[in-house]
Amino acid sequence: MAVAQTKQSATEARLASLVAHEGGGWISSGRQAALERVRMMGLPDRRDEYWKYTRPDTLVQAEAPKAALFETTDPRVFDGIDRLKIVFTDGVFDADASDDLSLEGLNIERLADIAGKDIHWAKDLYGVLETNGQTPVERPLAALNTAFATDGVVIHVTGQVSKPVSLIYNHRSEVSDAMLHHLVKVDAGAKVTILENGPAAARFNKVMEVEIADGAEFHHVRAQGRDHERRAITHIFTRLGVESVFKSFTLTANGMMTRNECVIELTGDDAVAHVAGAAVGDGDFHHDDTVFITHDAVNCESRQVFKKVLRNGATGVFQGKILVKPDAQKTDGYQISQSLLLDEDSQFLAKPELEIYADDVACSHGSTSGAIDEEALFYLRARGVPKNIATDLLTLAFLAEAVLEIEDEALAEEISSRLEGWLVRHNG
Amino acid sequence: MDILDKPEVKEGVDQETVDAVREVGGKYKYGWETEIEMEYAPKGLTTDIVRLISSKNEEPEWMTNWRLEAYDRWLTKEEPDWAMVDYPEIDFQDQYYYARPKSMETKPKSLDEVDPKLLETYKKLGIPLKEQMILAGVEGAEDAPAEGRKVAVDAVFDSVSVGTTFQAELKKAGVIFCSISEAIREHPELVKKYLGTVVPVSDNFYATLNSAVFSDGSFVYIPPGVRCPMELSTYFRINAENTGQFERTLIIADKGSYVSYLEGCTAPQRDTSQLHAAVVEIIIEEDAEVKYSTVQNWYPGDENGKGGIYNFVTKRADCRGDRAKVMWTQVETGSAVTWKYPSCILRGNESQGEFYSIAIANHHQQADTGTKMIHLGKNTKSRIVSKGISAGVAQNTYRGLVSMHPKAKNSRNYTQCDSLLIGDKCGAHTVPYIEVKNNSSRVEHEATTSKVDDEQMFYCRQRGIGEEEAVALIVNGFAKEVLQALPMEFAMEAQQLVAISLEGSVG
Repeated sequence: MAVAQTKQSATEARLASLVAHEGGGWISSGRQAALERVRMMGLPDRRDEYWKYTRPDTLVQAEAPKAALFETTDPRVFDGIDRLKIVFTDGVFDADASDDLSLEGLNIERLADIAGKDIHWAKDLYGVLETNGQTPVERPLAALNTAFATDGVVIHVTGQVSKPVSLIYNHRSEVSDAMLHHLVKVDAGAKVTILENGPAAARFNKVMEVEIADGAEFHHVRAQGRDHERRAITHIFTRLGVESVFKSFTLTANGMMTRNECVIELTGDDAVAHVAGAAVGDGDFHHDDTVFITHDAVNCESRQVFKKVLRNGATGVFQGKILVKPDAQKTDGYQISQSLLLDEDSQFLAKPELEIYADDVACSHGSTSGAIDEEALFYLRARGVPKNIATDLLTLAFLAEAVLEIEDEALAEEISSRLEGWLVRHNG
Repeated sequence: MDILDKPEVKEGVDQETVDAVREVGGKYKYGWETEIEMEYAPKGLTTDIVRLISSKNEEPEWMTNWRLEAYDRWLTKEEPDWAMVDYPEIDFQDQYYYARPKSMETKPKSLDEVDPKLLETYKKLGIPLKEQMILAGVEGAEDAPAEGRKVAVDAVFDSVSVGTTFQAELKKAGVIFCSISEAIREHPELVKKYLGTVVPVSDNFYATLNSAVFSDGSFVYIPPGVRCPMELSTYFRINAENTGQFERTLIIADKGSYVSYLEGCTAPQRDTSQLHAAVVEIIIEEDAEVKYSTVQNWYPGDENGKGGIYNFVTKRADCRGDRAKVMWTQVETGSAVTWKYPSCILRGNESQGEFYSIAIANHHQQADTGTKMIHLGKNTKSRIVSKGISAGVAQNTYRGLVSMHPKAKNSRNYTQCDSLLIGDKCGAHTVPYIEVKNNSSRVEHEATTSKVDDEQMFYCRQRGIGEEEAVALIVNGFAKEVLQALPMEFAMEAQQLVAISLEGSVG
């Protein structure tokens, strides 16, 4: 289908604001193909069904909208966790702030460094899962990233890793517009945990492609927080082998515009994919979780747990889809999306979808939206708990179901304490 | 039957069952044709055809203009492509938009004057057009208490209404029940006031087409405070070949009134597909209540997907007054393609909308159906129970919207969508949209998809119940909540339909 004229001109305006990369080799052809995909699809606009509840304008426009910097002296999330730190400031790798990139069980390189190499395993991954993820739903902002990403980490996990790899993003310029593209390849039987935190830039477009081999495990915990005026569109594309595990959790606190897309393909039998999120928003907050899980193998399990707490006119969006292909028998698919609206002005928009072509499956989804349970509140207040504390307690209990999806207790604790902090700051 | 013809018949199914199923499979009870001399408007759609339909119905000028405006709008509209249905492109110029039996050229003054062939047709369909105490032709109906089980029928045959029963008795109660063409002539003030106010002329592609070319349909007006003394019903029959049926139903329940309305439909078995694009508008004033029940049994096409009705229907109820109440119940077993979303606009405070649906798709059928609950008033309530059953190579989609507007404080919605898959070549899909814009309202949505439970099946089989019958039994249990919401005549018919529609699905 031809791209509409208005969409085409918006796309060209955005492309004109970007600088094409120099150089040759495999990455150039990958980038060129991605650019063609962008032109063929056109960047999203508000008329697109997939963008029904989130206006993509600010993510697409040529110039990144200005975002005030957020300053705090509070310790950052994961500070207490032993980890290997890799720091990007406004999308640029910060060698001084980063740790030495060597760690047993994995090999870390920078995308900017491997781009010049003729032979590299990344060739078979860069833009490959992103391309797969373009059907049946187009994700042009991910293709834009493949075409123009300036840097990223390229991680090859070959064994057991002693500590998490932590990607830290700093936002230091009011007008920064960053694009990073990470690749993670987890070999058979290997296991890794990736942490991400920080606002990254005024506008951030990030893609992470994760290939998980048979029996491998990939754990991911991410915190997007506090820096309020930032905007972000992120994509995770992953493909799972036999008996492999993918578990991802995202905490989002504040942010004028965040859309996190997660595209999961279960291609090996008995694989497990869990994706969860807790989002807390106050005021001018728009948060969108868009998940697409394809079951293409036998006896796989997928689980989606999303919780949102919204106040003062904040908007929460959830679009989640489970697609079960004809031969994906014995599929177990579960999805829950819930919102707690703390006042009259906030809204929750959801589209939880099932598309099922196999008969021996158990798939379910649930979605609820409402205010704090008055009875529970009354119960606590009757026992002398002040109203604001009672509200916080009930809100935390509501969010807990999502936080419980994090396997590592220390990380779960870290996330819980962040949520508590947010509630205390935004109370009343 | 194609599944059974393949060698992969499940182990444990004896040959007798397979043969028995093969014999009855795909049998559609209403596939015969009435041989009757017809009169057609020329093929295709132009302003002349629109004018012709209007003049055949002896309509006033305002109505003709209303249609012409709709036709102009239709030309600018695009056919929707978002539904999960796939069918060859429809040539809208290769259809007849008006077909009526020659014998209907002069409108019969009473049912006695109606062409016996037409009366015979309805008799054969189990809907005799005589004013009898109970709706005959429905097995088991004779056991029903005769008192209070009268049903008035408006029978639509291709493009025209052939007769409406019990009109005189209804008139005594102040109820107007007639064909819409008659209402346009006899009650223009009511039609003018309400037509197109719930489904606007340019609402969607098919509704706009219907606005331009609807040839007949039913009209109901229940005056304030009146409880309609009997159930009202419309029976739609498509008979002519290459002819689309475009009927329009307008129901107005004035303050404090009540009516239960039934709709049935069938068509002959043909190799070519036929188009049906209807619009139903319901207006419900303060404290009034309308129950609208449909058993949709259009010809579904044969087991290879040849022929069948394309059913593109817009149905919407507007609860205008406080405490107004509407209940849609549908059993969708027919049609090759279904595109239908009976909706409720809950405008009045404390108004209520309910939607109960069973959609069964077998062989090559495709159904994309669901509802919209638009909560605008305070303390409004809605409930959705949808049961989708897929068999053969059919695709069955629930698509729905629950919208809580900022002003719809303290409103409630509960949605339950369950899908059942019989066989590994069909599909079941759920596409709900949930929009909550205030926090005092509570929205709950649940959906499940599963297959016929092995244990339940084993239990039935062990007690000597045949496989087909066991599936029908389990499915009836699965759909119980919806079947119970139907008026009695329909409930019995629906239960039988559930069994018939699934014939040939086991294997």
